[in-house]
Amino acid sequence: MNHYFHSVSVDESKCQGRMKCMHICPTEAIRVRGGKAKIDIEKCIDCGECINACPSSAIIPLTDPFGELTKFRHTVAIPSPALYAQFGQKITPGKILNGLKKLGFDDAYDLAFSCGEVSFAIQEYLRENKDSKPLIINTCPTVVRLIQVKYPSLINHITPIDIPREIAGREVKQRKSKQYGLKEKEIGAFYITPCPAKMISIKQPAEKEKSFLDGAISISDIYGPLLSAMENEDNESAHNGSVDNLCILGAGWAMVGGISRTLKLTNSLSVSGLPEILKVFDDIERGKLKHIDFIEAYSCLQGCIGGSLTVENLYISYNKILRLIEELELKKIKNCPDIREVRKKYSKGYFFKEHKLHPRPIKPLNDDLTIAIRKRKEKEKLYKKLPKIDCGACGSPTCLAFAEDVVKNEVSVLDCVFMLPKKLKELSQDLSDLLDKSKSKKNPGHNKKQNKGKGK
Amino acid sequence: MIENEAVLAQQFEIQGRDFNHAGNISTTIKEILQETGIPPSIIIRTAIATYEAEMNVVMYADKGTLYFSLAPDSIRIKIDDRGTGIKNISLAMKEGYSTATNEYREMGFGAGMGLPNIKKNADKFKISSCPGKGTTLEILFFLNNSEGQ
Repeated sequence: MNHYFHSVSVDESKCQGRMKCMHICPTEAIRVRGGKAKIDIEKCIDCGECINACPSSAIIPLTDPFGELTKFRHTVAIPSPALYAQFGQKITPGKILNGLKKLGFDDAYDLAFSCGEVSFAIQEYLRENKDSKPLIINTCPTVVRLIQVKYPSLINHITPIDIPREIAGREVKQRKSKQYGLKEKEIGAFYITPCPAKMISIKQPAEKEKSFLDGAISISDIYGPLLSAMENEDNESAHNGSVDNLCILGAGWAMVGGISRTLKLTNSLSVSGLPEILKVFDDIERGKLKHIDFIEAYSCLQGCIGGSLTVENLYISYNKILRLIEELELKKIKNCPDIREVRKKYSKGYFFKEHKLHPRPIKPLNDDLTIAIRKRKEKEKLYKKLPKIDCGACGSPTCLAFAEDVVKNEVSVLDCVFMLPKKLKELSQDLSDLLDKSKSKKNPGHNKKQNKGKGK
Repeated sequence: MIENEAVLAQQFEIQGRDFNHAGNISTTIKEILQETGIPPSIIIRTAIATYEAEMNVVMYADKGTLYFSLAPDSIRIKIDDRGTGIKNISLAMKEGYSTATNEYREMGFGAGMGLPNIKKNADKFKISSCPGKGTTLEILFFLNNSEGQ
């Protein structure tokens, strides 16, 4: 039995069983039982849709509280480039990194640089890789989980290059421990995250024992304090006012299509939003996209800037990142990693992930194929009888999911409000039949009794 | 198809030129195989073969029927279509041979890989055709490891 760590949990004291989460969940992982939402951990891919859908704010993303910082001797904030898109045009990455230091981090590391290194590493890998085309970027943990759960045959298409936040975490720990003579575990590397899914990739990485990051703090939690920290700052240092020191390749990682655009990969495809990703992945499985080199897929609309823990409207964020990239393109200033250095590191295996990714297929109806086939047939038969309006009143998201829950013996067919009257009608018919029978049977006996009584 | 307690049998109708729903059957079959716990390597081969066969009906026939059956030892797929049929089967089985129109090629189909691809993915493959009437494909996958590799 596998135990998967998940980034979302239900606060039962707040949950009113309003089923919004159940209907929106793209993998049908939520059921409402006894008036409370329950998340099936095997089916959950940590997309975070339920967090935004819940009207009672009962679904809680598991991110770290700020207090975690005190557990370390030296702390470094590593913000997702999506953070750069949360504020107005005049608030530059340099200013944001300074603001983070004022909030209590000992240092702030610009992840855009590591993103740039990884962009180059991907470029190198694309040149070598001719077998599993198209290559799918692994930065979105939800997409990685989706492939593990629903598209196990596409596992080999996922980039074997590690993600920038992990590479940055490793680098920060090594560098800081040398600089301050501390042990690596005394350095706290905290990711500033746009979504709860990244938390999972830190607490339970899909392809290694342990993450190099120590925790994740949500952009939405840090937004208010950061804004006021930056207000006090005014225009202290000159470099804060310019974006010149931002790596253009790194800026691209905040939005869908950004990596391909900044690397100038012409034969690529960008997709965001789970329903759209399913369409593209179906086509890869059918062998229709072999001519495409690279796919950027993000579970959130428009990429990480659309994450459920961001603050700014995602289309405004998209505009900001786009303008940043355009500005950097025009200026021809690219404070990016030296590609020769990257190539050296690449050939030494610096960028590659430690372990291979394994599939995580959904549990079948039964481990015994013969029984599974029988259950699948029962499910089909029951589904035909159901109203197929997917009302959800039973606590399962669709009639088909309900049929599955019934054959798995998790619920009774009588939980369906449409089946209940039918069943009641049948029962009352049976009952009245039974009554009629017993009357005609019992009557003689009844008379006897009466006779007896009379006799007494 | 044999109606049997241990066999899951399903029948699907395919409409020629219906590109809107093309691919739905292979997706449904893939879901059935996932729910019953068939190994991913066999699922992907079945899904590709089914998709290619489905597309052949959509592109070249008026309509067709796909019979799917899952037994504890094998997956069987049979496609009967009513359409132009294939005049020269050995030619049609050659990689790169295609009678697709330019429009289909524009859509990314008609590379002449359909039938060879089905054969490549299947454990057993049989094709028969009657020009002017239609084509029948029979595709078989074994589920026990010794033969399923």
